[in-house]
Amino acid sequence: MNPRTAATFSLPARLLHWLMALMILTMLFVGVGMVATVSERHVWLVQLHKPLGIAILALVIVRLLVRWRYGTPALPADLPPWQRAAAHLSHWALYALMLAMPLIGWTMLSAGGYPVTLFTGVTLPDLVSPSPTLYSALRFAHTWLALSLFALILLHLAAALYHALIRRDGVLASMTRSRKQP
Amino acid sequence: MTQNASPPPKLILRFTIIGLVIAILATAFAYVGGWLDPGRLTPDRMINTLEDNAGVHEGYRRNHAKGYCVVGSFESNGNAESLSRATVFETGRVSPLIGRLAIPGGDPHANDGMPPIRSFALQFQLPNDEQWRTAMNAMPVFPVSTPQAFWELLQASQPDPQTGKPDPAKMAAFFADHPETKPFLAWVKTARRSSSFVNVEYNSLDAFRFIDAGGTTHFVRWGLMPEAPFTPMTEAQKQDPDFLSRDLRERLDKGPQRWHLIVTVANPGDPTDDATLAWPADRRQIDAGIVTIDRAQDQADGPCRDINYDPLVLPDGIAGSDDPLLSARSAAYSESYNRRTREEAESATSSTQEPRS
Repeated sequence: MNPRTAATFSLPARLLHWLMALMILTMLFVGVGMVATVSERHVWLVQLHKPLGIAILALVIVRLLVRWRYGTPALPADLPPWQRAAAHLSHWALYALMLAMPLIGWTMLSAGGYPVTLFTGVTLPDLVSPSPTLYSALRFAHTWLALSLFALILLHLAAALYHALIRRDGVLASMTRSRKQP
Repeated sequence: MTQNASPPPKLILRFTIIGLVIAILATAFAYVGGWLDPGRLTPDRMINTLEDNAGVHEGYRRNHAKGYCVVGSFESNGNAESLSRATVFETGRVSPLIGRLAIPGGDPHANDGMPPIRSFALQFQLPNDEQWRTAMNAMPVFPVSTPQAFWELLQASQPDPQTGKPDPAKMAAFFADHPETKPFLAWVKTARRSSSFVNVEYNSLDAFRFIDAGGTTHFVRWGLMPEAPFTPMTEAQKQDPDFLSRDLRERLDKGPQRWHLIVTVANPGDPTDDATLAWPADRRQIDAGIVTIDRAQDQADGPCRDINYDPLVLPDGIAGSDDPLLSARSAAYSESYNRRTREEAESATSSTQEPRS
């Protein structure tokens, strides 16, 4: 069977999708939560945010390779062109943000002169030398791109449910079902 | 793939389900982000209150706004090696320091003679991109033990627009409601303002954990003990709003200034989550080495300007304690840093003028 016309996503693609969905949603809630409190939650959320972000960066690279290797199932033939265009555009925007957010976060901390400590004793190298101008721009971008990513995820979820409940065209099932099933 | 010709049944119900799922997620997100919770003490609100009290001074720290950068080094004598595996304490290691001497308050042009407190922040640069940052104050205890109480203290001390001074009735009411402030108030009553930044003792106030090579935790506080003997602020100095920086430069012209880094080790049962309580005087103290400051520089173009002295930037071998002020300081300093770097960036793009002094 040609993987590019398969009815469902490959097993690695499905595993990565659901694992990263959980991680990215967690990450977004951790992010907005940690900047909105002075309580002890602030500290442990920040400590979770950094290693989780780097893990997402590593996984999205693997995921792009998996996508390139195994391909994706075709969209339903009767999908209106605007929905088809929106599907492609939003997916590439999701990938772009999954890659960009951890890199912006890492660069931002470097520009702010902060050590990027993932775990006790594990500190990442600085990507840039300290610069308040760069820090400030990246800090702004990190916030607004995070909010955009959350909005995009809501849109993605709404579209998936629309395919499952309204169109009932098997698009959601392509991410939940094994290839062996009919 | 199913090609369905007839519309699915219960269309309204199905759209409602989709809408509900999205609405629940969005609401949870908004709640966690504090947008639905106006009573929550956020870093934003803490910094807003500091700005309410002192005004917005663009590009400056929102508290301890008036200060000077200093540069020097810390030489470890190895005495603290048995308590912490941090490389900074290895025998003979010399760690470069970028520090900042300051006075409390949000006004960068305040009179040095007004506050009874001076502060000393240090960044120790360690191998493998590790850093140890600490922000110490020249007082024996902190006035309050929780972020909420600190916020209330800030609100109570908001200057009256008529007099330019805090309302004494509000301050009295706050202190009456907060008996934990008693040790601080007792100290303030007798505190003498120093003639210099370099002849006072600075304290971490919050407790921290030292982790030794075997993984054992020791609760500690640290401080700097000056080599220069204390002398009080003179009558002549009272007339000079910038006497602390003048004194600092004069002393550094004559030679480097030194402090001993003193680590105090808690006994079991000593409070580690309450910065209003000093530990008994008989606790074990270790002289861990010498902090030497060689030169000072104006903060407008000095190396400390773009450092956020977040007390939770710590190397392996040092960690925070259960003191709730630490988390709040980390969160609030970060918000102050975000605001002032944004202002710096805006002023850098809007003009090619010299940085503010």
